Amino acid sequence: MSKTAIEVEDLSVRFGDHVALARVNLRVPEGAFVAIVGPNGGGKSTFLKVLLGLLPPTSGSVRIWGQRPPEVPPTLLGYVPQVKTMDRTFPALSIELVMTGVTRRWPWLPGRRAHQEALAAMARVGAAHLAERPLAKLSGGELQRVCLARSIVRRPKLVMLDEPATGIDAIGEADMYHMLETYQQESGATLLMVTHDWHAATHHADLVLLLNRTQISFGPPQEALSEDNLRAAFGHIGHPHSLKFLVSSHG
Amino acid sequence: MAELLSLPFMQRALVGGLLVGFLASYYGVFVVQRGLSFLGSGLAHAAFGGVALGLLLNTEPLWVAVPFTLLVALGIAWVHHRTALGGDTAVGIFFSVAMALGVLFLFMRRQYTADAFTYLFGSILAVSRTDLWLAGGVVVLTLLALPLWRRWSYASFDRELAQADRLPVPRDDYLLILLIAVTVVVSIKVVGIVLIAAFLVVPAAAARLLARTFRHMTLLSIAIGMSSAVVGLVASYFLDVPSGPTIILVQALVFFMAVLVTSPLSGR
Repeated sequence: MSKTAIEVEDLSVRFGDHVALARVNLRVPEGAFVAIVGPNGGGKSTFLKVLLGLLPPTSGSVRIWGQRPPEVPPTLLGYVPQVKTMDRTFPALSIELVMTGVTRRWPWLPGRRAHQEALAAMARVGAAHLAERPLAKLSGGELQRVCLARSIVRRPKLVMLDEPATGIDAIGEADMYHMLETYQQESGATLLMVTHDWHAATHHADLVLLLNRTQISFGPPQEALSEDNLRAAFGHIGHPHSLKFLVSSHG
Repeated sequence: MAELLSLPFMQRALVGGLLVGFLASYYGVFVVQRGLSFLGSGLAHAAFGGVALGLLLNTEPLWVAVPFTLLVALGIAWVHHRTALGGDTAVGIFFSVAMALGVLFLFMRRQYTADAFTYLFGSILAVSRTDLWLAGGVVVLTLLALPLWRRWSYASFDRELAQADRLPVPRDDYLLILLIAVTVVVSIKVVGIVLIAAFLVVPAAAARLLARTFRHMTLLSIAIGMSSAVVGLVASYFLDVPSGPTIILVQALVFFMAVLVTSPLSGR
């Protein structure tokens, strides 16, 4: 039986009276690819922030390899934020962004070792040719590759991705999943991905966590994304026909 | 020119200009990149409240303005972090309160307030040895805090990434805003309260247009800030006009040249 990478017990997060997340219980085995799915405002990004140690749980406990999230050494974690939230007007070259993954500081003068490590990570995701290109001149897909290189530059054991496919075309998306799966096979890393795409969750993830402020389901994709579970997560929004269409197309 | 440099007040003004030019343009890169231009204005008006209180108490205004402005800076950061109000709203509130207090203090003084204009618009004649020591002290502090450039830069790019990498971002933010506040106060004599916000923004904005990396932006901003201070001070002496506006106009000239050089029409 594989080791447990993440263990969550009765987690809840509240902001004043607003319940962002409640009653989340799960155990993620090492090396699993987990997709976190749910409607907007369902607590997906909140859950990711708790795991990153950016947000404290209101109650319950979260352990990553037995440690509280803020105590987990950042070298064990890789994080790909939502590309759309990044400041692309910031004057920086792509390789500088990747180097922050090595040094955890903005590079002043690029150290040779950090530079080489960053370049190697960029080569692994097919982005070496973008190294000297300013962030402002990257397309959405290119920036996503650069962020992916940044997240894996330290060979982390856990990679967390927040909606990594947003703003990327179909080929770019397929490339990204290929790169993620290759990295996972090489390193045995655990992957956690927030996504709106049920199909991607079904095709690429080993486990799916379905959230709508509370845990609706957690398990293998076909089980977790059953019609009943999808209705429980998404049934309160949209036109009934929309949900029917989505459920049938998913099945 | 040699005659100019032999004048003690001009020597003090030039040293003051270089020190303040360095400080304002160094912190300016964070002000510009984080979209905090309004903060510079707010802190300058807070400094006005402090200067006015100093004048009312009949003591050296800058000694009162420093703690007064630091308190306002902390107040802005505290309200911003504690409430759902935007940073600009927090600045707007403290800006008005400090300005209102400043006007009241001047009114209560019931004396001729010509010296208040020195603080509002800057005057090279008014730069004293004390001002230079104060500015020099802040430069030393800034040099000691140079390793923070890498953390502030990282958080300027993306707070969440920096926090995920376990950087103490909120604590660093407080330190940055306090150092900007002190910079504003020590720049008052050279540039004046009315124009200090521009001193924080214009060199960094010009550098932003020309630089490819944040390191280059920082170095270029400092070069523009220091050289424009010297050129502006010398020009203000020969033209017999106030130093603050002259320096800012020199900086604006550099900025618009940068805009022209980088405009899409220039093919850059």
